[in-house]
Amino acid sequence: MGAKPAEMTDPGDDLKVLSADSQTLSDRIVQTIYHEAGLIAGKVVSRNAPSADWDRRLDDILTSRVWGYPVMMLLLGLILWITISGANYPSEVLAVWLFSLEEVFGQALLWAGAPDWLYGFLILGVYRSLAWVVSVMLPPMAIFFPLFTILEDLGYLPRVAYNMDDLFCRAGSCGKQALTMCMGFGCNAAGVIACRIIESPRERLIAILTNNFVPCNGRFPLLITMAVIILGGMVWNHGNITAAAAVVAAVLTGVAVTLAVSYFLSRTLLKGVPSFFTLELPPFRKPAFGQIIVRSIMDRTLFVLSRAVMVAAPAGGIIWVLANISFGDISILGYSADFLEPFGRLLGMDGIILLAFILALPANELVIPLMIMGYMATGSLQEIQNLTALKTLLVDQHGWTYMTGICVMLFSLLHFPCATTLLTIHRETGSFKWTLAAFMIPLLTSCLVCFMVSRIGLLF
Amino acid sequence: MTDLPVNVRGRICYMDAQGPIRRRLMDLGFVPGTEVEIIRRRPGRGAAVYLLRGTMIVLRKEQSEHIFIELIGADTDG
Amino acid sequence: MGKAQLLKLPRKFPLPEQTPPVIALAGNPNTGKSTIFNLLTGLKQHTGNWPGKTVLLSSGSYYYQQQEYKLVDLPGTYSLLANSPDEESARDFLCFARPQATVVVADATCLERNLNLILQVLEITSQMIVCVNLLDEAKRKHISLDLKALEVELGVPVVATTASRGRGINRLKEAIKDMAAGRTNVTPRRIIYDEEVEMALQQIQFQMAETLENCQIDRRFLALRLLDGDQTLIRKAADHKNLEDKVWAQSLLK
Repeated sequence: MGAKPAEMTDPGDDLKVLSADSQTLSDRIVQTIYHEAGLIAGKVVSRNAPSADWDRRLDDILTSRVWGYPVMMLLLGLILWITISGANYPSEVLAVWLFSLEEVFGQALLWAGAPDWLYGFLILGVYRSLAWVVSVMLPPMAIFFPLFTILEDLGYLPRVAYNMDDLFCRAGSCGKQALTMCMGFGCNAAGVIACRIIESPRERLIAILTNNFVPCNGRFPLLITMAVIILGGMVWNHGNITAAAAVVAAVLTGVAVTLAVSYFLSRTLLKGVPSFFTLELPPFRKPAFGQIIVRSIMDRTLFVLSRAVMVAAPAGGIIWVLANISFGDISILGYSADFLEPFGRLLGMDGIILLAFILALPANELVIPLMIMGYMATGSLQEIQNLTALKTLLVDQHGWTYMTGICVMLFSLLHFPCATTLLTIHRETGSFKWTLAAFMIPLLTSCLVCFMVSRIGLLF
Repeated sequence: MTDLPVNVRGRICYMDAQGPIRRRLMDLGFVPGTEVEIIRRRPGRGAAVYLLRGTMIVLRKEQSEHIFIELIGADTDG
Repeated sequence: MGKAQLLKLPRKFPLPEQTPPVIALAGNPNTGKSTIFNLLTGLKQHTGNWPGKTVLLSSGSYYYQQQEYKLVDLPGTYSLLANSPDEESARDFLCFARPQATVVVADATCLERNLNLILQVLEITSQMIVCVNLLDEAKRKHISLDLKALEVELGVPVVATTASRGRGINRLKEAIKDMAAGRTNVTPRRIIYDEEVEMALQQIQFQMAETLENCQIDRRFLALRLLDGDQTLIRKAADHKNLEDKVWAQSLLK
């Protein structure tokens, strides 16, 4: 056990450092500390009964080869279902309330003698998109995040990371990416922030860049609407379950794409080997329900409101401007839609849809109202009260087919991240280059996928 | 340690990892002299769950291969 | 600067215009540290049963009996051997910012593992309070702890809490107050290593005596880190020995 003395190294500070066979010595230092810890614990801790059989058995189920995945998917479906059904009513209520407020503001403006264009800009543009975003986004977020946090507090999430580690390892990443993906269901920006739990910078970047492929709460309405329209009236009565199923299907597609793109990235742009992966499976704990729910709701409300005010409202103003400035007969929006028409067709959609997606960069929730606005050629965001009317508009009046619906869903799932997410990515990575990549990679992926799908569709 | 059968206890006798990996492992508690037990493992690439000092830690195969244990009660090296 | 000295002499009470005492919050990941931080400061940091959530240094302050205390939440680490940026920043903070008190939060359900960090922190500073948290979980698992014995073993105050229910927080605040004011007697447990290590430690400390004359970090700890092969701490110490502690601490707290 002899320590080889004195390899004198000079750290550049004129300090002579006794760097002995430091591995053995440092080993012993660590061992001594552990030993002391053991001694103390021996005197202080006592177990009164054989511990934690419950916990162990629960773990056996949650991480077993047979039950692990089904339990995960079931839980996911459950959370999504609760989010969707729970958010329906509050969303409507909020919408009604906010839009009636719109009347009030509008009247006030008119009464104050404001000119038409100001009314249009402020009320029809800015306020309306703000109202839309809040009423669509707030209720689901206020449900999803507390639920997710409860799972988190329970200690279930590391088990998910363990289950999925194998899959992600093969894709060049690690199991923790599964968790950042899950956060992305609520909000992609939150998912990106969650990537901090991944230690390896390379893998963290992969997770950030692919987070976009899972649909966030803001994209659910579009996915659901499309699914319901496509599948037709036969599933009308089981609306919420269909909706949840559709979202789950989209999610699974998203996960598959995430894995594929991660694999691709780790062979090309972000080459490297899977890193040192360790994970602690914490004991199950009873979550502090009350605290969580309150804090989570407050956090999320704040987030949605600030985002609506800072991002969606100005965007709405700009959109209104674009929609109401005309050269000749056609507004700028109209020209843009025509311009984009050939590209749209290539991707199985059309110019108006594409334009809607582009203009919805600030907030994904704006896609549907933008589409409606485009089709109905009104100058402002519009709402359609029921799905039948929407179906008429899209299918009968503008020639939508099954393919169109599918391509729209795919594009929505895979296209570029929203502005908030992009800003978050920039803040987290500190690099313009990667933020650009975070924009381009999903864009290219979605164009590729939609193109291929639409060609295949043409064959039938 | 990769070959440790489930639910058999072992004691760490040697680790051949160097540098940061070794540090990390020791930080987590994989120190020579510690008793370890596998709770479950997955086939193939197999990340496995180990129990030591009352905590459950997941390690991938590549990492557990650095740790050598002796089975408690047996004279063979794992 | 012999650490064997007891902190017996009471410090003067901080005058209102002086900077408030700085309290560091350390501990293993996932011990409820952030919950305690939230409880004390009223801030809304996100918490969760998921090791690794707190990644940045965050700070806040609270008032207790008309005295302001500045609280810094260090990232959860398993040890302070500086294997990762987290551990390094935690260790650097403890060494250079020299908080008036350090609260190490431990999980009652796995105390042995937490002791690893506790003992390491004890080697840096003896102004430590051990906060044993998650007592309700321990009860659920039929684990009981003799906290008085723990206090005797470690030689520092031990406070029991169940942060999720808010229990024990006032006792914690009281203990912090006493420690920050210098009124607590501590007899920190000293770890004696085996003969060779101790000899090597002596040698290093002797060699370093001149160079690090004014350094405020415990020399034994520095020597230990060098034995470990970690030279960053020495470099930083050499850099910082001329800096005002406060300035450095302030910059960390931003």
